[in-house]
Amino acid sequence: MAADVTTQASFGTTRGWRKAGRYALLTVIAAIVLFPIYAVLLQSLKSGKDSLDHPRSLLPVDLTLDTIRSAWTSGDLGRLMLNSLFVSGAVTLGVIVTSVLAAYAFAFLRFPGRDGVFVLFLATMLVPAEVTVVINQRTADSFGWINSYLGLIVPSLASTFGVFLVRQVFLQIPGELREAAALDGVGHMRFLWEVATPLSRPTLGALGLFTFLGSWNAYLWPSQVVTDEAHRTIQIGLERLKTPGDISKVNLVTGGLVVAALPIFVMLVAFQRQLVRGLTAGAVKG
Amino acid sequence: MTRRWRDLPPAVAMLGASVLLLGVWTVYPLVRAIQNGHLRCDATGRRCRDAGWGQFSDVFMSNDFQHALGVTVKLVLLTVPAGLVLGVGLAVLADKHLRGIGVFRTIFSSTVATSVAVASLVWFVLLQPEIGVFSDLLSGWIPALKNPGLLRDPDTALPAVALSSIWASLGFTFIVITAGLQSVPKDLYESAYVDGAGGVRRFTNVTLPMLAPSMLFVTVVLTTRALQTYGEVALLTAGGPEPDKSTTTIPFLIYGRNSIIHNDLGLKSAAAVLLFLISLVFAVVQFRGLDKRVHYGR
Repeated sequence: MAADVTTQASFGTTRGWRKAGRYALLTVIAAIVLFPIYAVLLQSLKSGKDSLDHPRSLLPVDLTLDTIRSAWTSGDLGRLMLNSLFVSGAVTLGVIVTSVLAAYAFAFLRFPGRDGVFVLFLATMLVPAEVTVVINQRTADSFGWINSYLGLIVPSLASTFGVFLVRQVFLQIPGELREAAALDGVGHMRFLWEVATPLSRPTLGALGLFTFLGSWNAYLWPSQVVTDEAHRTIQIGLERLKTPGDISKVNLVTGGLVVAALPIFVMLVAFQRQLVRGLTAGAVKG
Repeated sequence: MTRRWRDLPPAVAMLGASVLLLGVWTVYPLVRAIQNGHLRCDATGRRCRDAGWGQFSDVFMSNDFQHALGVTVKLVLLTVPAGLVLGVGLAVLADKHLRGIGVFRTIFSSTVATSVAVASLVWFVLLQPEIGVFSDLLSGWIPALKNPGLLRDPDTALPAVALSSIWASLGFTFIVITAGLQSVPKDLYESAYVDGAGGVRRFTNVTLPMLAPSMLFVTVVLTTRALQTYGEVALLTAGGPEPDKSTTTIPFLIYGRNSIIHNDLGLKSAAAVLLFLISLVFAVVQFRGLDKRVHYGR
């Protein structure tokens, strides 16, 4: 926008050159940002020998799906993807339910000590996972949840960020709406389900997308709570493709990377708007 | 008064799940980590005795923690300013109504789709000295790419980890700053223009102050991420190269499989609590220092 005014002030060819210059700069930077993705993608589409032969591996010729196929089998990627899908799906569903319920209590109910409890909720946002994982691993162990889906899912089922986000939207729903509904004998659960939730659908979409991504991409907790093959998520399992010392197999890692990243890229392109809404929820207004 | 008490049972029912979960998996572990931080255990990790509060200062002053703290702070300095400048630069560059600008915006946001594991392994592959793309293309300028490889040279390993983090965070920074730019009222630019402010003046006097809330948010998030760097280190360098341990961050000191305190619950807890306090100090300083200069809305 700053530059809008600039170009309006300049005339004729200067303006054309400026525009061309900006396009050139944008293209160069876009190429740099995309290069790592491009290089890995192309390596994954080459046969083992070709993938190691630079700069040949950077040209889109002699493409094959063999590398991805053998990464799929040797890394058991199908299993890893299903594990991730199941865990992230369950976490997303759970977070939406717990967040909506708690947000409703904070936004529409006037119970004693409400504001104090809310501040305590917010305070837990300050505690990073890096601090709690030491003990949570022991807790999971004492529940018998090491190497189990429960261990992967349950600790992530509540989200203070989610409660906060949904509460903000619920607060915008006029209190009179709830009062009127109450006079008509509409209970809390019905009001929540039929009025409050539909009105906050875009925010719930953003929260769902975010929770899914966060859970899909999680690394530290899964790496501490799962040690066996059967329950590994894709993020933890990818490392297994990285055989130490065997350079000729590095291309298998690229195959695994493409398989792991592709669904997320597709999802993000499809849900770009929700993503931006969620990412900027904390940023724009203080 | 009656209304408040009548609302209590539904409130308990609706808050129950969240309170229970946060209690068990966030509050309890924090309290327990503070308690366990007092324990000093023998080599087997079974017999422990109470070493008191002094253990926190012992751990803090220990060579290993000081080293990891140094690495972590260096990582913050390598990633946060560079990440912020790049993000703001790209967002300003792409914040213009040009044909096809949406494509560039999508490209600049694309790294937001990469997880810690994916981004780290991408750079792991690219930086392999024997077969990585960069060692072939650029080793003429940067010999360390080929011999011994950026990730194996004690001087370049941490900058290489930082490079991977900066790249991975770029999409996030770009999206947040772009949204911030779009919320700047256009008439501010117009009045600055009418007042005779040039492009640079408009950037420093209008854009930057109006972006301050977004930049504060990005700074705090990037700093927190840098302080919590674990996966990148685990996948790229495993805390090495040895013996300098030039990439052993505090989280890697706590959680790394080959860490010297891997089996010591007391020392791990103490280090985790210290990491929490350090993150708090960073966040408070950033909010204090920057909040004064931040203009929220209008």
